[in-house]
Amino acid sequence: MADPAAQFDVSAVAALANLDLTADELRLFAQQLGDVLAYAQELQQIDTTGVPPTASIGTRHGVDRPDVTQPSLDRDGALAAAPDANVDEGFFKVPRVIG
Amino acid sequence: MTRSATDACRDALARAASVNPSLNAFNTIATERAFERAAAIDADPDRWQNAPLAGIPIAVKDNICTRGLRTTASSRMLHHYVPPYDATVITRLEAAGAVIVAKTNCDEFAMGSSNENSAFGPVRNPWDVTRVPGGTSGGSAAAVAANVVPIALGSDTGGSIRQPSALCGVVGLKPTYGRVSRYGLIAHASSLDQIGPIAKRVRDVAVTMNVIAGSDAADATSAPDAVPDFATALTGDITGARIGVPRRLLEHGVDAEVSRAFFTALDVLRARGAALVDIELPHAKYAIATYYLVSTAEASANLARYDGVRYGYRASGFEVRDSLQTMYAKTRAEAFGPEVKRRIMLGTYVLSAGYYDAYYLKAQQMRTLILRDYVEAFEGAAAVDAVAMPTSPIPAFRIGERADDPLQMYLADVFTVSANLAGLPAVSVPCGFTSATLPVGLQLTGRRFDEATLLRIAEAYERDTSWWTHQPPTSA
Repeated sequence: MADPAAQFDVSAVAALANLDLTADELRLFAQQLGDVLAYAQELQQIDTTGVPPTASIGTRHGVDRPDVTQPSLDRDGALAAAPDANVDEGFFKVPRVIG
Repeated sequence: MTRSATDACRDALARAASVNPSLNAFNTIATERAFERAAAIDADPDRWQNAPLAGIPIAVKDNICTRGLRTTASSRMLHHYVPPYDATVITRLEAAGAVIVAKTNCDEFAMGSSNENSAFGPVRNPWDVTRVPGGTSGGSAAAVAANVVPIALGSDTGGSIRQPSALCGVVGLKPTYGRVSRYGLIAHASSLDQIGPIAKRVRDVAVTMNVIAGSDAADATSAPDAVPDFATALTGDITGARIGVPRRLLEHGVDAEVSRAFFTALDVLRARGAALVDIELPHAKYAIATYYLVSTAEASANLARYDGVRYGYRASGFEVRDSLQTMYAKTRAEAFGPEVKRRIMLGTYVLSAGYYDAYYLKAQQMRTLILRDYVEAFEGAAAVDAVAMPTSPIPAFRIGERADDPLQMYLADVFTVSANLAGLPAVSVPCGFTSATLPVGLQLTGRRFDEATLLRIAEAYERDTSWWTHQPPTSA
């Protein structure tokens, strides 16, 4: 694999991550994350052909429950912590989405 | 009860107020809520007579939700967030009579190894306030070490209970993945996170586990396995217990004084009847790289929820023409600290098209190999009951010393992350001091759902040593 630091397109990743980073941050992260990725290259030394991936050490038990409505957070409670909401009408407010 | 809950609460609050200017261990001190709880317990002694934690003041890491009590994850993003619900561990602690007195400072969203990544500033180590307490549950460990509370809750994704416990000279347990409900824990890396107790004594950890362990309908990853009485497991008898020592792993990179304390601790266990067994964990040296690929991938997904819409911070100063996307990106840029941004970036990258197989899939395969090493140690010819390592390769370092080099900081987690990757329980117990009077921790990692054996060995060790009686200078 090519040098990870060189292939790390930090602006594109910031856009994917919804982070509006400054030029200084982009420069710093490109270097620091390049270091971490270079370190992670050591994993390539290990042959993992045929090794199944482990995503989680899950419980061995089923977790289904009856499909019965249960009390949960009410609307006012859900809206209470919003930075901008119309509590009377029951919605969160965000900047314009369409045209 | 020899002392009223109100008295205990008053003492803890006074102590918190007196140490906080030097330690910065608390984000919020819950004076009103604590006194109300304590008064309710004192008013009804019959009801609380047999409650295991009646009137005990407890501090809770500030990434565990408390209804009506600010919960910030030490982030600007949640600076004013007041949860509408309690985490299950809070409900259980209060049902057992505990009094929540404070929310403890931690690394932002539990990301770090030194507690320097907090929007509220770093926590300081009670043994030397120029040094870090470890992270990310640094405030919880410091609060216990400085005698503010006998018990605190932390969370552990890659060592965040054990490493600060080691660096502050207290006991900390990361339970088995699934042992304790995470409902109400602010998510960092969901396949790794666990809540667990920190205390001065192993027995207090065991009693707290009796209260918080067990399945919870609100957390689908919580396990229905039977919960033993952890306190009755503390028999002091470890005759024949087999303790695995991965010597080769410890040959490099461990501070000489840490190493000396560790091997002396093994002698104590052997003298009490344990058998020391050399084992290999051939893939453990790859655990750091594996961990930082897996955990950041999960974190980048978990932290996508912070978008300035439903709760938390929102950037201001928008024009009508600005898009929703602009609001998201500015909000996240303004409210996340540098380490959180760094990890979101890394996680986003390793999950992105073209790099997924090389990084994330590879790390998941490495995770399988790391897990198999432990299975071999526990179930193979060595047949060990626990694996012993130093909790941290180094004692508490100076604040700022490693802040500019994230990779060096990550390497501090070398002995703790594999228990998270393998979902295993692990405890850190004080095992000595360096010549500069900095605490050293012994880590024992055990079989799935066998916290009882770990706590029995740790408590037996505690019986033969007196490290827990040493008091840090800030406790005076």
